[in-house]
Amino acid sequence: MKLSEVVEILGAKVLTGEDALDIEVSSACGCDLMSDVLAFVKDRALLLTGLMNPQVVRTAEMMDISAIVFVRGKDPDENIIEMAKMKDMVIMTTELPLYIACGELYSKGLTGKKRG
Amino acid sequence: MDALMKYHYVVDGSDFTRAGETSSSVKKILRSMGFSPETIRRVAIAMYEGEINMVIHANGGTIDAYIDPDKITIVMADTGPGIKDISLAMQEGYSTATSRIRELGFGAGMGIPNMKKYSDEMDIDTKIGVGTTLTLTFYPDNE
Repeated sequence: MKLSEVVEILGAKVLTGEDALDIEVSSACGCDLMSDVLAFVKDRALLLTGLMNPQVVRTAEMMDISAIVFVRGKDPDENIIEMAKMKDMVIMTTELPLYIACGELYSKGLTGKKRG
Repeated sequence: MDALMKYHYVVDGSDFTRAGETSSSVKKILRSMGFSPETIRRVAIAMYEGEINMVIHANGGTIDAYIDPDKITIVMADTGPGIKDISLAMQEGYSTATSRIRELGFGAGMGIPNMKKYSDEMDIDTKIGVGTTLTLTFYPDNE
């Protein structure tokens, strides 16, 4: 799924990385615990989270995650956006809660399963 | 690729927002040296776990990276409280992290198990009240 479709499905606002919305993601991880992201995310994924601190961007960087969606209408501060910008990462926010955001993406085809 | 490259870093234990900067720097170096994405990812994740631990448990410390085409060694040394029970710390889910650390998204008790999982060799030298030195070794061809 292209990030531009993610934006559309979640009604998301893109805060940085507008020019990288043609990146494809094949799976997603909805998680507020960065320890678990580091332990369990296997392939390059989209990260959806309600956690709001610079370590979210840092964790994504280590995992080669190229896009982060902040859920529940949370607005990251300038530091977080700047940090993501420096790492060529896409940051977006959606008003949807984590469960609904993940459900919408899953039901529209972002299942993490390889297509035949 | 050059033979052995050595890098030395000081990790500031007082600023959680900066934790991970060293791992980020080493990741860039590995990328510029042409290591495979899988090797870079293994080193970056294991090292970042260690760096976060240094900041949240031990008030910072030093990290030395020794990079060779056939072997990458990361030595993380702190003068923190030491690890009381290594076998407990090795168990997934066991953590001594405070609720403040958990609010920041860490302290799930996956750090040390994760470092072991992503590295090829892990050595922990710890002494209560003196500190901990953790050595992670990676063999880039081992994948």
